[in-house]
Amino acid sequence: MAKAPRKSPAAKKTAAMRKAPTKKKPAASKAEPAKTTGGLKTPIYKASKAEKMEFYEQMLLIRRFEEKAGQLYGLGLIGGFCHLYIGQEAVVTGLQSAISPGKDSVITGYRDHGHMLACGIDPNVVMAELTGRSTGISKGKGGSMHMFSVEHGFYGGHGIVGAQVSLGTGLAFAHKYKEDGGVCLAYFGDGASNQGQVYESFNMAELWQLPVIFVIENNQYAMGTSVNRSSAENQLYRRGESFRIPGMQVDGMDVLAVRGAVEEALKDVRSGGGPVIMELKTYRYRGHSMSDPAKYRSRDEVKDVREKSDPIERLKATLIKDGVKEEDLKALDKKVRKIVADSADFAEESPEPELSELYTDILVEQY
Amino acid sequence: MAIQLKMPALSPTMEEGTLAKWLVKEGDEVTSGDILAEIETDKATMEFEAIDEGVISKILIAEGTDGVAVGAVIAEMTGEGEEQDSVVSSEPVVAEEAPEAEPEQIEAAKVAAPTPVSRADDPAVPEGTAMVSLTVREALRDAMAEEMRKDDTVFVMGEEVAEYQGAYKVTQGLLDEFGAKRVIDTPITEHGFAGIGAGAAMGGLKPIVEFMTFNFAMQAIDHIINSAAKTNYMSGGQMRCPIVFRGPNGAASRVGAQHSQNYGPWYASVPGLIVISPYDAADAKGLLKAAIQSPDPVVFLENELIYGQSFELPDLEDHTLPIGKARIMREGGDVTIVSYSIGVGLALEAADKLAGEGIDAEVIDLRTLRPLDTETVLKSLSKTNRMVVAEEGWPACSISSEIVSLCMEQGFDDLDAPVTRVTNEDVPLPYAANLEKAALIDSSRIVDAVKSVCYR
Repeated sequence: MAKAPRKSPAAKKTAAMRKAPTKKKPAASKAEPAKTTGGLKTPIYKASKAEKMEFYEQMLLIRRFEEKAGQLYGLGLIGGFCHLYIGQEAVVTGLQSAISPGKDSVITGYRDHGHMLACGIDPNVVMAELTGRSTGISKGKGGSMHMFSVEHGFYGGHGIVGAQVSLGTGLAFAHKYKEDGGVCLAYFGDGASNQGQVYESFNMAELWQLPVIFVIENNQYAMGTSVNRSSAENQLYRRGESFRIPGMQVDGMDVLAVRGAVEEALKDVRSGGGPVIMELKTYRYRGHSMSDPAKYRSRDEVKDVREKSDPIERLKATLIKDGVKEEDLKALDKKVRKIVADSADFAEESPEPELSELYTDILVEQY
Repeated sequence: MAIQLKMPALSPTMEEGTLAKWLVKEGDEVTSGDILAEIETDKATMEFEAIDEGVISKILIAEGTDGVAVGAVIAEMTGEGEEQDSVVSSEPVVAEEAPEAEPEQIEAAKVAAPTPVSRADDPAVPEGTAMVSLTVREALRDAMAEEMRKDDTVFVMGEEVAEYQGAYKVTQGLLDEFGAKRVIDTPITEHGFAGIGAGAAMGGLKPIVEFMTFNFAMQAIDHIINSAAKTNYMSGGQMRCPIVFRGPNGAASRVGAQHSQNYGPWYASVPGLIVISPYDAADAKGLLKAAIQSPDPVVFLENELIYGQSFELPDLEDHTLPIGKARIMREGGDVTIVSYSIGVGLALEAADKLAGEGIDAEVIDLRTLRPLDTETVLKSLSKTNRMVVAEEGWPACSISSEIVSLCMEQGFDDLDAPVTRVTNEDVPLPYAANLEKAALIDSSRIVDAVKSVCYR
């Protein structure tokens, strides 16, 4: 496919915006038309009712799990940093539903609980890790930001902003080297998109035509700094233009738009076209971490997004329109709440790691 | 007046070279920019250009001559309009000039790159094994090539490793044998390719990431420490990162502060990393092979000044050495000198000088800086009761301080004198030749320190 960046209307818009800077607060896009470079398409996915139910359940599981994690944090059962994914569920649900577990790989930053659940990892071992228990996926030695499951193709869970982009490019390198047909989804945020190593990775990914999708989860705030206050080019899907990487900007609050777009991206990458950048415009309802008082945005802004763009409510409306009964959805919610409550019980009942674990897993071999 | 053409120094560390080929003959007229000769260093074949116009009046060193010292007069030419015989009259004058400029340089080179004088046999090598002579550079290359032949998940990436054949020629020939898929030139982007390497290791490959020097790895240190070293622990042992980060480390020659630093202590402080810093060719090969085979992340610190030195190396089909084992390079009963990397050569040189003065020094090469072979160090201390640590690096928070602390904590009863360290001066490395020499460790400082712990 043609990779030469074409002139996009956004370029003109940027110049105009410079004259009259917008005072509007950033908010999640509502039905904003998708923008692309490099000729990529972003169709809305035509899901069956069963698929929509699956997406709904997945998003609900992430939402309820994160609510419970927030609650356990408040009770002192989870320590340190805890970054919740509430509001962004459609992104990971839509993307993960399109890839092949066991063949493709996934890597992300520290806001990783949702990605793990979407990879099919048992909520029990995730919650146990959050609470620092021996039954946690990292035996309690990783914590909220450092969780991995090679078995599920989930390569972390990385605490250094932007590191996962180079590492994910390396996973893609391994896919290409092994010729296993896999693609790496490397998730990062709008904040990480300003890190230098991201561009070093873009360069090599395109130079070597690596099978990687750079997934920018643009939740509008890098901690407390909005995209417009931190990014000279705030249209993040265009950040690959000088590397000839095509990009797409997608409504990350619409799981069907996400799924539709990622299928196109995967088609392009799997056909050997090299990397693609996907910018998912999304929003996190909670603070950056549990200790964030969120003074940088108004309550009304959050309320507005929740009311108008909530990914779960949006899909629910579609399901109702499709004839799904309210009580079926309630039953589903009950089922999900039970899974989450069980994970919390499992975590609380699990013992802390043995003290001897302090000295294990430092090196693989004895020297 | 005749113009003297001298053997050029084609790299900061070049001391001599081979005059491979003359492209001009006596009587030829040349102008600036003409290629006069091809000169072979241990790293590359370089063209030697004329910078003046004139006639080549005399070729003094025949082509094919090995070991031509940098600065030696290799030919003479007459300037424009000069008579050829004026050369003859000026000859004695210049003949005197030439050597005068040299001694210090030669001496400096000797100090920087000592020849091993005495050594104990490596117990890891079976008795009676045939030996071959190989440079450290070749030994490192052979280690990579052998492991790449055995395991096709092993690959090399870095700046100039492929088509250029290695900035220091360590990867010479690998591209030809293994192809561009496994010998990969990267852009100048250390942070990025260190991360890509670490990610590829997580994805099941065994990358060898070459840093042109470890000074540039500072751009990549986050991936070495946060991504590679901590992964196994943070994942509760389920995710591996089997990667080798290798390249030259420590002071080279006259390259100034930003290009001259020993990162051994930095990396050796990090749990989850293996840090190896070999001295001779046998250890370079045997330990690099072990590093590539290891399921753990390894920082492999080489030394540019030793690359070109030849050592005896056991002629074995698979010379792999154990990680984490120090080696007694010279047995002795009066005092122990502990060192690693280039310091080992200086320690051996010091030991020989001391032998002449009746002090019998034992020399230990740590070889692996993490995990440290404390047993060998303490055992030697219990035998000699005196110890000097020699390190080409800064004194503060160093491997030396670690050894001193080890002896205090675990060998106190064996000590007959305080453990002393001999290190570089605590300054950024200066450029001026005399200041650089003053800043770097040398064997005479080790001799002095040994005498002082022996109360002599």
